[in-house]
Amino acid sequence: MTPVFEAKELKVSVTGRRGERELVKGVSFSVEPGRCLGILGESGSGKSMSMKGAMGLLDRSFRVSGRVSLQGEELLTKSPEELRRMRGGKVGMVLQNPMTCFDPLYRIGNQIGETFAAHQGWSRAEIRSRSLEMLERMKIRNPEEVLEKYPHQLSGGMLQRIMIGIAMAMKPALLIADEPTTALDAITQLEILNEFIRIKEENTAVIFISHDLNAVSLAADEIVVFHQGMIVDRGDFRHILHRAKDPYTRLLAEKRTAVMRSYRRALEGKETIYA
Amino acid sequence: MKRYVVRRLLMAIPLLAAVSFICFMFINLIPSNPAEVALRVQQMPVITEEAVARMEEMLGLNKPFLVRYFDWLAGCLKGDFGISYVNPARTVAGELARCLPATLQLAAASFAIVAVLSVPIGFLCAVYKDGWFDRIMRGVIFISTAMPAYWVGLLLMWGMGVKLRILPTNGSGTWRHLILPAFTVSLSYISTYIRLIRNNMLENMKQDYVLYANVRGLPQRAILVRHILKNSMHTCIVAMGMSIPQLIAGTIVVENVFSWPGLGTLCISSIFNRDYPVIQTYVLLIGVLFVVFNLLFDILQTVSDPRLRREE
Repeated sequence: MTPVFEAKELKVSVTGRRGERELVKGVSFSVEPGRCLGILGESGSGKSMSMKGAMGLLDRSFRVSGRVSLQGEELLTKSPEELRRMRGGKVGMVLQNPMTCFDPLYRIGNQIGETFAAHQGWSRAEIRSRSLEMLERMKIRNPEEVLEKYPHQLSGGMLQRIMIGIAMAMKPALLIADEPTTALDAITQLEILNEFIRIKEENTAVIFISHDLNAVSLAADEIVVFHQGMIVDRGDFRHILHRAKDPYTRLLAEKRTAVMRSYRRALEGKETIYA
Repeated sequence: MKRYVVRRLLMAIPLLAAVSFICFMFINLIPSNPAEVALRVQQMPVITEEAVARMEEMLGLNKPFLVRYFDWLAGCLKGDFGISYVNPARTVAGELARCLPATLQLAAASFAIVAVLSVPIGFLCAVYKDGWFDRIMRGVIFISTAMPAYWVGLLLMWGMGVKLRILPTNGSGTWRHLILPAFTVSLSYISTYIRLIRNNMLENMKQDYVLYANVRGLPQRAILVRHILKNSMHTCIVAMGMSIPQLIAGTIVVENVFSWPGLGTLCISSIFNRDYPVIQTYVLLIGVLFVVFNLLFDILQTVSDPRLRREE
């Protein structure tokens, strides 16, 4: 199958006071339709920087080089306006902090509407009916009331689902999720992860960026591990967990195994007490 | 909301009482006898001890300090601000009412200039940060903040009035008389607000909601105007509101430079003539203006920010 998104030798560098510094040092990865690529790495490893660079979301002090293609079209040579049309259209994106991602001064309905208006020539009535339809699809109760609410009046989980809804409303070929579960509680995390699995099944390609091996393991078919701007390991979850060659990946995997072991022991310990 | 307003108004009462007392006290510390000054201003040829005593009796200056303060305060509460020491035929309220319109006109014109110039310039400086426009404006702001208003006023009078002869240098009456004094008053405020709006916008540009607006593929113009500028203006509203009484109070120097017949000119001549009731009432009026505008713009901010507004 041909990949939806492909990055080859992608590099991002920033020019600061102390000269140019390379943050992403030539990474290559790709994702096919209906598949989910997990990008795993600690904060500052360049995982989110590489996707922002590819989508033209970095300011002028950053330099992005290499090759990035979406459905065969080269992205890095596109003009800012062409990239803008692509974002929110062909490429949906979900960010980390749903509570701070919406403008506090506008109602949710207004912000959903302006996104639709930026990509489609829909009438006011059509925007409203599509917004309601989208909220219903995201299983949000009382969608009509939610449209009238301000961001601070909704919960993080709800805002995150609205974000996913906005991203999916334009039927994107690729959905990029940048730490979508980090700011949420455990139960909401699971709900959101199930949402990504459903999206994947609808034949959209998903790139799931996270530092949480557990979250990545649930959604991703293939995982690449970022460390200091480089890909140090790649493979499926079993590979990462049991056969990783890279010492940093092994550290991540061992931590996870250690947590799981103590968790099981706690459960078993309880069972022996009550048995 | 209603309770909040009532509470704020009640809190203003002790504040204004303190303002009036401190003002009354400081003016009474001025080391000269207002009765004597009043006689001189009224061009009494020979000032005798008896004449001064009679004048003191007439103006109530022979009573103890606190009694005079409470007499004045009680009068103010009844809307009677007393009569001018210098010209007993005129009431203080009448004097202030005569000069207030000119000052309000000057303050309103200055405020309009401030709002019209600083918002677009601040916006452009933020959008083209470190570009040629931003660099030039940074220089202009630096210079205009450093120059005192009376000196700028004199320079403008010399340049526009004396050399180019395009604008009148003093007096009032037409809109052409208004241009130079209004521009002089607004100059330092313009620099302050350009900086405020520019920095607020740059601060807002780093926020998550701007990144997310870009992620959603909104056009740059919409992001800059609808989101970043609106969020930045929002924090400026209160500062601008507080500038209105400052503008009214701050015209003193400029009014005197341009001989503008407003409160500032009245206040300065009253200080020279030791016309206590006029100065006291002027300070009280400015105090009331500060309290009222502070309250008004706090309420306005609450109304305009959905996070502060309580939905029923």
